[in-house]
Amino acid sequence: MFKWLEKNLPKIVMAPAVGLIGWFVYGFVLWTLYISFTNSKILPKYELWGFGQYEKLWASRKWLISVDNLLVFTALFLIFCIVIGIILAIFLDQKIRAEGVLRTIYLYPMALSFIVTGTAWKWILNPTLGIQKMFIDWGFENFTFDWLVNREMAIYTIVIAGVWQSAGFVMALFLAGLRSVEDEIIKAAKIDGAGLFTVYWRILLPMMRPVFFTSFVILVHISIKSYDLIVALTQGGPGISTTMPALFMTQAAFHKSQVGLSAASAMMMFMAVAAVIIPYLYSELRRENAR
Amino acid sequence: MKKLIIALITLAFTSTSSIAGPKIEVLHWWTSGGEAAALKVLKDDFAANGGEWMDMPVTGGGGDAANVALKARIVAGDPPSASQIKGPTIQEYDQEGVVAPYNIDEVAKAEGWDNLLDPMIAAIHKCENNSGPYCAAPVNIHRIDWMWANKAVFDANGISVPTTWDELNAAAEKLQAAGIIPFAHGGQAWQDATVFEAVAMGIGGNNYYKNCYVDLKESCLRSETTVKVFDQMRKLQGFTDEGSPGRDWNVATGMVIEGKAGFQIMGDWAKGEFTAAGKVPGVDYYCAATPSNNGYLYNVDSFIFYKSSDPDKQAGQKLLAKLMMGKNFQKVFNLYKGSIPARLDVSMDEFDKCAKTSNADIKTAGASGGLVPSFAHGMAQGNTMKAALQDIITEHFNSDMSSVDAANALADSVLANM
Repeated sequence: MFKWLEKNLPKIVMAPAVGLIGWFVYGFVLWTLYISFTNSKILPKYELWGFGQYEKLWASRKWLISVDNLLVFTALFLIFCIVIGIILAIFLDQKIRAEGVLRTIYLYPMALSFIVTGTAWKWILNPTLGIQKMFIDWGFENFTFDWLVNREMAIYTIVIAGVWQSAGFVMALFLAGLRSVEDEIIKAAKIDGAGLFTVYWRILLPMMRPVFFTSFVILVHISIKSYDLIVALTQGGPGISTTMPALFMTQAAFHKSQVGLSAASAMMMFMAVAAVIIPYLYSELRRENAR
Repeated sequence: MKKLIIALITLAFTSTSSIAGPKIEVLHWWTSGGEAAALKVLKDDFAANGGEWMDMPVTGGGGDAANVALKARIVAGDPPSASQIKGPTIQEYDQEGVVAPYNIDEVAKAEGWDNLLDPMIAAIHKCENNSGPYCAAPVNIHRIDWMWANKAVFDANGISVPTTWDELNAAAEKLQAAGIIPFAHGGQAWQDATVFEAVAMGIGGNNYYKNCYVDLKESCLRSETTVKVFDQMRKLQGFTDEGSPGRDWNVATGMVIEGKAGFQIMGDWAKGEFTAAGKVPGVDYYCAATPSNNGYLYNVDSFIFYKSSDPDKQAGQKLLAKLMMGKNFQKVFNLYKGSIPARLDVSMDEFDKCAKTSNADIKTAGASGGLVPSFAHGMAQGNTMKAALQDIITEHFNSDMSSVDAANALADSVLANM
């Protein structure tokens, strides 16, 4: 009996968690998939209706705008977060004084919710309250910085706020990665006459491949899910110019009585996330099996 | 002593359990100052009539969070007894088969709601496509087509309250020349649509409004008049300041109160901001209808009642419906909320100047065919169509889209969502 318990205890302990996740995550994913094939309006209905919601979705201008925005946002968000994160990590890696304080400062935005970030940046970027007003008050009469209220540029303000929030986190990942490299490698390179730039560019960064991968996966899924930042910063405006898929989905479900359409858009987002995560899991698992 | 103890024990038991009486569970989002105070009147009335009130307030996002909670409860098969739902959405819920007309219609008949309400307002609250039994109770009427203007600013620039859109444009140009922001506006989709419907009713007239935004006639949406309405929207956009996009409505009202801006076009809930700032209508600010031919854009808040098999809850629904339409609640609630009673026979003596104007105008409008439902606030169309209209209006307002393109896009968007 004791032996049996000892052998099966891990399974017993894990079972409730697996059960709950199975039902509340995968069960509801399947439920959403089913609803996306129905003509559900204000409340879910269960009669199948075919691919109508998906046709409607891809015919909707607002959805197309939100997909465009997602691509722009994801690309810029990824690039800037990773580049700034790496630069900060390398600077901090120089065994400088007060590193602990600086690290905390850079990482701190991560502790805020996107709602707070969004609201703060909304004030900073508002032309009549923030940066633009400050410069005008200082005497630069012609200074304009109206991205937030300019429909062409508003999406970039979301990138700014998002990068401000997440770059510190990427820095922490890279810093941990850089610190895990053994000193001998760096010393050996230096003896061979490599400069600091070469050490990082040719040796350390290539060794950071797994960190790049992790950052990529984490940032991409933050960006696909991004909702609160947009709600706080622009509410999808000016007009509908900064709508994103997650915002589209919530509006369809709870404002527009289009539960079916909302489920269809949720499935599209799910597939986008899966397209990023599955290759990652696959490569991770393969590596583990190879060990 | 022993007797007293026994009496106390019995009292304790009877008062905590076992009394069967009207019970109600109300899902609402009236939690801010005035609204909460008004709701307390209703709760006290309910308790005084022997009922047990289970409060389910869900705050956040002007009802967004409450909507999420409501849908979750309905899908789980356990709807609350009553919740805040209004306009054509009442019919949407009725079509899903979750609404219970069977008991509040009795109350409506007994109390004679048909005689207490304007027929148009009454129809909104009847299930089965607006002609069946009553299944919802109205609590107020908001007017949308209000213009709130700072009197000192208008006086200083020699402007009187405009009675046509041309006068309004001229006044705005004057203010602009004087270096004042003419039009305080919050560039959010619903606020853009709020202004749009006031312009549409004013420039197009009442019949145009009904044809286009109630009956959704394609020829009307593509007409020259719609183009003119969009032209006026473009002019108004030129009168806003550059900080306008994304601004909340009450911040825009604050600009008028402080004299930074001339006027705002917003429903009568804006009055609460003036009142809170200690301003008096007619002395510090004007509340005037936007220019129109005796038009009146209405927005009615109501409660609907869901199916329940519990006889106590059914009794509670009846009691709540009766009290909600009662003279006392209709008066007190609307004094707090800035709107006017839905019931026609409530004395307006205690109300302020703006509410009295609103109450007089709704009668004129009702008689002359100018009483029209607001689409921006979900009274003329269901949620899907409302969003279809709103998306185009806000896109036009925030871009350089031409008026002709906007009119056609509006018609296309409506057709795509039919």
